Amino acid sequence: MIISYFAWAAAVTGFCALAMVGRLIAGPTVPDRVVALDSINTMVIALMIILSLVYDSVIMVDVAIVYAALSFVGTLFIARHVEGGV
Amino acid sequence: MEKAALILLTIGVLFNFLGTVALYRFPDVYTRLHGTTKCTTFGSIFTSAAVVVYALQMYLRTGEGRFTTLSVHVILAIFALLISNPTGAHAIARAAHRSGVLPKYAVVDRLAEDHRKKGGVSA
Repeated sequence: MIISYFAWAAAVTGFCALAMVGRLIAGPTVPDRVVALDSINTMVIALMIILSLVYDSVIMVDVAIVYAALSFVGTLFIARHVEGGV
Repeated sequence: MEKAALILLTIGVLFNFLGTVALYRFPDVYTRLHGTTKCTTFGSIFTSAAVVVYALQMYLRTGEGRFTTLSVHVILAIFALLISNPTGAHAIARAAHRSGVLPKYAVVDRLAEDHRKKGGVSA
């Protein structure tokens, strides 16, 4: 029964991740889009961790850890590109 | 005792939603970064803590080992978030200032003046 609350929380988190796409499209400057992309990645990680309990699969948390590492590297690389290093 | 996971989950989802609102309502990139990064980091930690608490309760009730595996992996994910998220936000803010984006209502730029005075990196 309590699992349904986790399913609702996953739905709200997924809605937030989808709503952030608007700022990703309409951001006036490039750092705005990078902020939106970083936030979307964080929301997807939170969504995966909640869904791992809802669907009862531990492998989703491992995917979330690797996703966190890859999104961190991607954010650092895009920031380096924006400031003119690469 | 089941209320603890629900309270943690509610706090986390509320802060995630507030981070989404902050991304839309703030005027420039620095305030958006400020609101969104703090709120989503805090909220994600709290939803993950709710998963940990619920998995530990299920382990105490049923005694199955997969729930301890789940909670340990979620704690590892929390540490990955804690290390990677503020570092990425700092890199974004640094890149935004160096690419010439200023805050909306700014009148002076003390950081650029300081960099110019030292003659170091171009801000």
